Amino acid sequence: MSMLAAPWIILFTPLAAAAVILFVGRHSKPLSAGLAIASAAVGCVLSWWLFCQPDPAEPNQFPWIQIGTDLQIPIGVTVDHLSKVMLVVVTTIATLVFTYSLGYMKTEEGYWRYFAGLALFLFSMLGIVLADNFMMMFIFWELVGLSSYILIGHYFKRDAAADASKQAFIVNRVGDFGFLLGILFLWGATGTLMFGGLTSAGGIAHFATNPFYLTVACVLIFCGTVGKSAQMPLHVWLPNSMEGPTPVSSLLHAATMVAAGVYMLARIFPILEAAPNALDVIAWVGGITCFAAALMATQQDDIKRILAYSTISQLGYMVLGIASANSADVSMFHLFTHACFKCLLFLCAGSVIVGMHHEQNIWKMGALKNKMPFTFLAMVAGGLALSGCPFTSGYFSKDLIIAWAVVKHPFLGWLSVATAGLTAFYTFRLIFVVFLGKPRGDHAKHASESPMVMLVPLACLAIPALIAGFPFIEKIFFHTTDPEGVPALLHPVLYVLFFGGVALAWTLYAQAAKDPVSIPLFANRLYIDDFYNWMVKNIQGGGAEVLSWADRWIVDLLIVQVPSKITWAGGFVLRFLQIGNIQAYAFFFGAGVIGLLYLLIFR
Amino acid sequence: MPTLAHYLLVSGGLFSIGLAGVLLRRNILIIFMGLELMLNAANLSLVAFSRFHPGHDGLPGYNAQVLVFFIITVAAAEVAVGLAIIVALFRAKQTTHVEDLDTLKF
Repeated sequence: MSMLAAPWIILFTPLAAAAVILFVGRHSKPLSAGLAIASAAVGCVLSWWLFCQPDPAEPNQFPWIQIGTDLQIPIGVTVDHLSKVMLVVVTTIATLVFTYSLGYMKTEEGYWRYFAGLALFLFSMLGIVLADNFMMMFIFWELVGLSSYILIGHYFKRDAAADASKQAFIVNRVGDFGFLLGILFLWGATGTLMFGGLTSAGGIAHFATNPFYLTVACVLIFCGTVGKSAQMPLHVWLPNSMEGPTPVSSLLHAATMVAAGVYMLARIFPILEAAPNALDVIAWVGGITCFAAALMATQQDDIKRILAYSTISQLGYMVLGIASANSADVSMFHLFTHACFKCLLFLCAGSVIVGMHHEQNIWKMGALKNKMPFTFLAMVAGGLALSGCPFTSGYFSKDLIIAWAVVKHPFLGWLSVATAGLTAFYTFRLIFVVFLGKPRGDHAKHASESPMVMLVPLACLAIPALIAGFPFIEKIFFHTTDPEGVPALLHPVLYVLFFGGVALAWTLYAQAAKDPVSIPLFANRLYIDDFYNWMVKNIQGGGAEVLSWADRWIVDLLIVQVPSKITWAGGFVLRFLQIGNIQAYAFFFGAGVIGLLYLLIFR
Repeated sequence: MPTLAHYLLVSGGLFSIGLAGVLLRRNILIIFMGLELMLNAANLSLVAFSRFHPGHDGLPGYNAQVLVFFIITVAAAEVAVGLAIIVALFRAKQTTHVEDLDTLKF
């Protein structure tokens, strides 16, 4: 196994698996599941192996598109520390989620379609991770959008799922448009699309004379992250994507798709550092997203939607971290720990949902602690990590981001501190309502623990969710530094907020039969979804009305119907000359000749 | 001594007879003969021009005479095709009367 071949094998094995499943998978459930899991496992083993190898020096690429000397687009793989860590995260999470799917999807229809979609999804994400130029990344970026569309719309017979997949695709397209423009901006200035060339000192030097241009380019590229990583104001698709099967949500929220946006920012971090104004924009978007999403999460009733809003909030942290910290490793560290505990939480939620016969409303659950003890323990582990309980993985990574944010952007930093308290509150609200109290429905009374194939991945994730943040593990993957000048108050405040959040959740929800708090503003997601619906209905719909009017009366009537009627009328008049009498024709002909002669001779 | 005008008068008369036949007669064969008559009227005037407008060497102009040969050749081909069409038409319709052949109209 050579160092050069390994990344290609990691990349293309899932694609091959998807293709085979597509052609023969529908005849055999074990074959389609086996192929998908095997492709992820191969990638996982090779990624860990690759992780232990030194970075190769020479570029690993072959030419693909060459137009003149200006536009050169190779297909190539980057193998550096960043991509190796990401490969490990993506393939490991994928292997666990694929295995878990065996249990979750057992009785669902579209089994082979599901596994082909998963393998394609993995392929697309690995393409983003390995891409060594912007064009290749953009292609895989779109492939991720496509495969998420396929997977979110898995239950396409249900309107909500079909709408959610469409929404995910379209909202992402809005962000991707900015992303593509940003890529073209960078290419226009530097003439290269290679990450290596762009992020080198020579590439950044192109912008020395025109920092505003670089700021615009970076903000446009950040649009891609806003779409893919579900930042405000394009976050609406992520909660709705919960219509897909739960393992898909898990994969989507932990390692693939939403992580892509943050990973892309980390990939171009040196360029961003050269554009401080763009970093300010990024910081504000991240900070506001992180706080607003946490507020929305506090009032959701659907177990998966609560987790979805928490993902948005955590992604806000990562984006804020990119904008605040001195190295992309700070955000990547949180991405890494978040991948562990968020994947765990979603898989737990899936386990609960299976146990509850596909009931997702937490107010119909309750007292599942004794019915599903193992899921309960795993969920508590994930919840502790998510809410930043001291000495769990989330504690280390999130506090690092918060510390950097407080130093660099005090307002946003303290906003994210407040978010930490909210996180503890909504996470434990979820856990207390689902697992404690009294059963609130028949399903909750008769729930049972999930099968082993679903519990083993939970165990595999619960351990890293708890310990992945410890410095001795962090040092293997990342090289982060603590900021200087952190207020001494910060860490005590975070402790207080964590315990305060848990305690508040306990007081309000430990024995609640129904939600004692009702804040319509948060329950209705700050009315952003309603605003978009209103906008689509009135502004876009109004524009469509105008265009429809123009189409009907200008294009159809004036440009198509009127000339058509004139031609038809002319033909109608002229057809009276066609009387069918040969001698009349001869007479017309003769008269015509005489007329022409007259004109020729006497005029 | 006949002059060019006499020839052209005869030619014009022949042409008029032919045209009248084409326009007025109802039998398609007679119409066809009228057409031939018009062609030959044209031939006659061409030959007359050739005879009365000699070239620089004193010989009759050969351009017109060559044109006459062309017309004769084309007329022969036209007769062959035209008669074949008329025969086919008669087989289909059992008539040579043009007023019965009026299906090609709106």
